[in-house]
Amino acid sequence: MSDPTITAALRQRFPDAILAAHQYLGQESVLIKREAVREIAQFLRDDPRLQFDFLMDLSCVDYLKFGRSLSSAPTLTTPSPLPYYMAPKPSAEPWQRGVSSDAYRFEVAYHFYSSSHNHRLRLKVPLTAADPALDSVTELWAGANWFEREAWDMFGVTFAGHPNLRRILMYEEFKGHPLRKDYPVRKRQPLIGQAY
Amino acid sequence: MSMTDTETRHMFLNMGPQHPAMHGIIQLILELDGERVVGADVEIGYLHRAFEKESERGPYNNVMPYTDRLNYVSPLINNFGYCLAVERLLGIEATERCQYIRVIMSEISRITDHLTCVGASSMELGAFTVFLYMIKAREWLWELVEAVTGARLTISYGRVGGLKADLPDGFADRTRKALQEVRKVLLECDTLLTRNRIFVDRMQGTGVISKERAISYGITGPFLRSTGVALDVRKANPYFVYDRMRFDVPTGEHGDNFDRYLVRMEEMEQSMRIVEQALDGLPGGPLNVDHEGRVLPADVMVDEAKMGRVAGFKQIRVQVDPTLEGSTRGPHDAVNANEKRAVLPAKEDTYGNIEGLMHHFKLIMLGHGIRPPQGEFYSAVEGANGELGFYVISDGTDRPYRVRVRPPCFPIMSAVPELITGDMLADVVPTFGSVNMIGGELDR
Repeated sequence: MSDPTITAALRQRFPDAILAAHQYLGQESVLIKREAVREIAQFLRDDPRLQFDFLMDLSCVDYLKFGRSLSSAPTLTTPSPLPYYMAPKPSAEPWQRGVSSDAYRFEVAYHFYSSSHNHRLRLKVPLTAADPALDSVTELWAGANWFEREAWDMFGVTFAGHPNLRRILMYEEFKGHPLRKDYPVRKRQPLIGQAY
Repeated sequence: MSMTDTETRHMFLNMGPQHPAMHGIIQLILELDGERVVGADVEIGYLHRAFEKESERGPYNNVMPYTDRLNYVSPLINNFGYCLAVERLLGIEATERCQYIRVIMSEISRITDHLTCVGASSMELGAFTVFLYMIKAREWLWELVEAVTGARLTISYGRVGGLKADLPDGFADRTRKALQEVRKVLLECDTLLTRNRIFVDRMQGTGVISKERAISYGITGPFLRSTGVALDVRKANPYFVYDRMRFDVPTGEHGDNFDRYLVRMEEMEQSMRIVEQALDGLPGGPLNVDHEGRVLPADVMVDEAKMGRVAGFKQIRVQVDPTLEGSTRGPHDAVNANEKRAVLPAKEDTYGNIEGLMHHFKLIMLGHGIRPPQGEFYSAVEGANGELGFYVISDGTDRPYRVRVRPPCFPIMSAVPELITGDMLADVVPTFGSVNMIGGELDR
């Protein structure tokens, strides 16, 4: 499904832009600097060895609370120990994000697929909380248009060069970005006001 | 006043949010020059239910009912796509029987989805008979789904590491019979539609998209295949046991509404082929063979156990509520991975011994539950509309850190302005019908 030569090709072509690269459960991820996203995306699409013609998915992740709590139960500050039969397998692969979640709160993840080579790649662009902005890839893939609008709507990540960066799932009057981890789940913003 | 003085202006027309031909709630803002569409914009989000936000709140298996409500015409595929992602994170491989059942149920769902899509869009073109025939056929398939899962739409049948329950008695025969009936209906509908002058005139050459543009939009599934790209996740990156099934990937060549209709019709036949092969290859022998020993109601079993009368409980089959049928020992072991980190124990064990009860508790109670190690996985399955992706990130706790869905009809909807621009106003309806927009997965 994935192929380590992709990372090698990227490392060779953009030695300075790659922050980290790893393979986890057979899926390859490459973390890059945000300045290079447009250039690397173009390379991924046009290079004959790679030919990633599909932008399958573009999503964002907020790492604000990643690894900070160990349990979903509010009363359990330390989780109850797992019984032996539920402990993670010792053979489990280790996974690392590659960058610090304190420095880089957001991460935009592109899932590319190449129909000619039948391989996939996850390209990840870590972004700081202060300035979550990167270049748009709408000129390379028409499908990025709506995906980027959704990332803006849900996470407040701005895409420079996007032709029409407005909310897509929420309404224009909505305040905040609901999928951010600091947006309360129970918060309501009714559009029609309260019924008295 | 001469003709040259006549001022013409474009008219803006709102189609939807509530329009009989808009499947679900969606607004198309059309710019019209006479009856020709010269520009369009799509407004979505009316059915946004914060699926991704809600998924982050509860334990892993709590996401399952939400996935039912993504593509509510083929909910089983959503269930299994999500299960696949979490199972990979945990390093679990589902049992072979489970994988076969997942294939069977996914394909039945795909047929129901295509039946709905073709039926509804032909109804919008005036072929109401076809709609009724197809809904009748869908009903037979939904009866099968109901027999297996206990519900028609909101089925919640998948579980991380397995399934809710095994197949019921006589399922294979019922399915084979139902498929024969569905085949007859499809033949009838094919006769009614494929050479029907009105239908062909409305469908052929409308809503055309080129191969390159479809790829650029990230369109997958029958929609992409109608443009001539034979891309199918089931073939390209086989999951479950699709690599053992023999089936063809039908493609069109023009990328218009008519080709999409033909691709869907053929895909239903291919899905039926897969179901029949999977039924033949289903491992595990006859289903629900008679267990020996007495049958004891669950509550009696609990009371007996409280008094310490547990001798022989291991051998006794507990009689459970009909909604839990097939999750007792035997069927349970056949469809669920032997994996205590994710799979609930069989009902006899939960009711009958302390280890089983503790295990059940450990998986169900808040703060315990399934805990995959930190990591991420993107699972791609072939949904009825195209690639359905679940990008699940685990932070090591009992609830998913992030569940991202790649809804297959989202990229297709983003291409709708391009599809309808240049066509007549009346062509919007068949084009939109062939998109097969499902509000649940589009807006999540």
